[in-house]
Amino acid sequence: MSGDGSLERLRRSGRIVVVGASLAGLRAAETLREKGFAGTLTMIGDEPYEPYDRPPLSKQVLLGKAVADHTALPRRRRIDADWRLGVPATGLDMAERVVRLGDGTEVGYDRLLIATGVRARPWPNEEEGALGGVFVLRTRDDAVALERSLAAGPRRVLVIGAGFTGSEIASACRERGLPVTVAERADAPLVGALGGVIGAVAAEMHRENGVDLRTGVMVTGLEGDPSGRVRAAHLSDGSVVEADVVVVSLGAMRNTEWLAGSGLGAGPRGIACDAGCRAFDVRGIVTDDVYVAGDVARSPHALFGYQFLSLEHWGNAVAQAETAAHNMLSESSDRRPHLWVPAFWSSQFGVNVKSVGVPSMGTEIMIAQGSRDERRFTGVYGYQGRVIGAVTFDQCRWLPFYQRMIETTAPFPLEFPTVDRRSEGNKPMDADFPDPSVPTHGPTITLSGYSPADRRMTFVPAHH
Amino acid sequence: MTQAILREIIAYANRADPYPLYEELRKTPVSHDADGPYVVSTYYEIQSLLHDPRISSDSRNLKSAADDPLAPDDAGEAALPPSFLKLDPPDHDRLRRMTNRPFGPPHAPHRVHDMRGELAGLVSGLVDGIVETGTPDRIDLVDQFAYPFPVSVICRLLGVPHEDEPRFHVWAEAIAAGLDPDPDADPADRQKGTGGARMELGMYLAGLIEERRKNPGQDMLSQLATADGPDGAMTTMEVLSTSALLLIAGHETTVNLITNGMLTLLRHPDVLARLRDDAGLAVPIVEELLRYEPPVQLLPQRTTLADIEVAGVTIPEGASLWLILASGNRDPQRFENPDRFDPDRRDIQHLGLGSGIHSCFGAPLARLEAQLALSELARRLENPRLLEDPPPYRQNAVLRGPRHLHVACDGIRP
Repeated sequence: MSGDGSLERLRRSGRIVVVGASLAGLRAAETLREKGFAGTLTMIGDEPYEPYDRPPLSKQVLLGKAVADHTALPRRRRIDADWRLGVPATGLDMAERVVRLGDGTEVGYDRLLIATGVRARPWPNEEEGALGGVFVLRTRDDAVALERSLAAGPRRVLVIGAGFTGSEIASACRERGLPVTVAERADAPLVGALGGVIGAVAAEMHRENGVDLRTGVMVTGLEGDPSGRVRAAHLSDGSVVEADVVVVSLGAMRNTEWLAGSGLGAGPRGIACDAGCRAFDVRGIVTDDVYVAGDVARSPHALFGYQFLSLEHWGNAVAQAETAAHNMLSESSDRRPHLWVPAFWSSQFGVNVKSVGVPSMGTEIMIAQGSRDERRFTGVYGYQGRVIGAVTFDQCRWLPFYQRMIETTAPFPLEFPTVDRRSEGNKPMDADFPDPSVPTHGPTITLSGYSPADRRMTFVPAHH
Repeated sequence: MTQAILREIIAYANRADPYPLYEELRKTPVSHDADGPYVVSTYYEIQSLLHDPRISSDSRNLKSAADDPLAPDDAGEAALPPSFLKLDPPDHDRLRRMTNRPFGPPHAPHRVHDMRGELAGLVSGLVDGIVETGTPDRIDLVDQFAYPFPVSVICRLLGVPHEDEPRFHVWAEAIAAGLDPDPDADPADRQKGTGGARMELGMYLAGLIEERRKNPGQDMLSQLATADGPDGAMTTMEVLSTSALLLIAGHETTVNLITNGMLTLLRHPDVLARLRDDAGLAVPIVEELLRYEPPVQLLPQRTTLADIEVAGVTIPEGASLWLILASGNRDPQRFENPDRFDPDRRDIQHLGLGSGIHSCFGAPLARLEAQLALSELARRLENPRLLEDPPPYRQNAVLRGPRHLHVACDGIRP
């Protein structure tokens, strides 16, 4: 490829296809044009809308303070693209370099960027999930439907799952004065992301704000009334919650089913790619013309032990899209690794929660500044003697400092004094993350044949 | 060497153009001589320190009595407790939260925006006042415009009765003179004048605070005086030191922002013409001004709670630390062509209003004041030009700005 002019031909008249017309796809397209790509650009999106902002959907929109169709993403520049909206991608043929669409057409590419992101995990029982009043929240249409139901003043809302989105939905309900029950399988909200020490603070915040928080329970079934509307939920502890609105907030699923049989290393955890965003195929060999960015990407991060990270973060989607776009138009010596330090924010019960790094890798946590009782503090996570993450409650201006500590592999525990150090910050505590020995969802590979030429890998899709 | 450059930066002879000295300083991002302060002059290092929880703004944490050329004249302030500007969390956070309740989001999200009409009226009135002097061929934009405007704004914000505003102007001038030491003046005379104004201002504010406690209005002082939220109540002394801070800090910095703004625009008549044609340009112009000519040139009152390594230099615990914001704003490692005034910059994340927890409290109001002031002056002054360039500067090296800005124009548009 190098030196033969093919890159220049690509820039001038090549075909780049972006599957996923959301934040990552849009920013990649803008970056491609900004970097001088003059060829054909096709944007494929399964929703019928141009790219819009998702974080407000679980905050301002649910509070009735913003209208979902006013969440369109601002454009940095024109991208002169052929937009194929409202039509899902259904297949990829890497040998033919073609993306198949749900309307039966095909789009050929010289370079492909996959940015199909995630969708909300639905309620596992399809019939129960189809009852009126049962919602998930990920898309603009989801937000419109849910906000309309909340505005109608339900007698009780049940939120299943107390992760970030579930907690934000519960917060919005309480701010609207609606009775809300939250059912969470773990011992506290947010424990998967931030551990039990912070989860305990989150639990208190829920209860102080009037949430009927049930932890250590699962919802075993949803019951409908004769008209097909949800009426009640049955919990694993034997109790029954009568609710006329149920929001299923069980996390996200990567949108990778359309890639089944394509040969890409795609599965429920996302599409594996290298640090430069080039997708791996199922043999673990990197492709030259398929790139991945955003929530659907799983890439190794040098700062975090080269672990493959899959990040559902707004900032990551932007940064990775820009890196992918840069690399799509670059000689290999000019390619960049994606080195964005993960950062995430949430707004719950009037508190700004923001984190940097990968707290979930941490084994210990230290309250370096502020006080958990006051709900204003900075928690720093340590892993094998180094700072690996930090979280702030209403103290996010300090985070650039801790991000720098993560970037410089600073030692943990912190030995230096800071402003606002309280007695609880004098020594680290166990971060109290759940036991990680849970069943894997990864794919299974079987091998057949004996000689190298006969060796075949068969990809067995994972069961959800 | 550092000490020599610092002396030169503070020397009045360099007030009109300290930037070559900042460039010299940046050759050593963190510099230090003998007993002087540690001086940080590069953008990324300053930005990093502004977000560092090992940095204290409380002078009680200073350990070494540094040979500080700007050692503040604290006599006049001894009676008041420190304002939140000079405190560390959690005390800073508490006072700042309480001060913010009647000023900004989430409790008062419209306070600044709702003042827009009133501010526009003040600006227009001041320009009309220039018309009434009948001498557009010699206007002092400081005395006739940039100086009185922010004082009136803060009086409105604090709910000072209209008839008492002139007294505030007198006190503000006297206190500002104290921040602006004339090397030829007798220090005792200066201190007496400043102290007198401070005492009168303090007595006036204390009386006003008591009156507002009994009869609260919609103004900010009433809300500070009667606050009873989750952070409790402010003591009278706390209300006093906070309102004095708002008055002085809000006044001094905004005068400089507006004056430096007009000076810069008059030196760049093409940008002035664009602003006349499009008042919306005031927004990027003000941001670029905050980078190019920040009203607060340096922060000379930080110290360290621990030994801190910055750019290979270890700053010991308790050391005096100066952050030269204006130098960071011209750092070529951070800004392309940093010495060029360019309101079309796409990336304008400057240090002009500080950063971190001590970022400028009144920034939203200051920005709005400057935007309205500059766009109105651009619209109404016909063919304005400088009569003196450089103009005479105030003595103050920290709050740097012209003392007078003499301008001629052909007339005042209606």
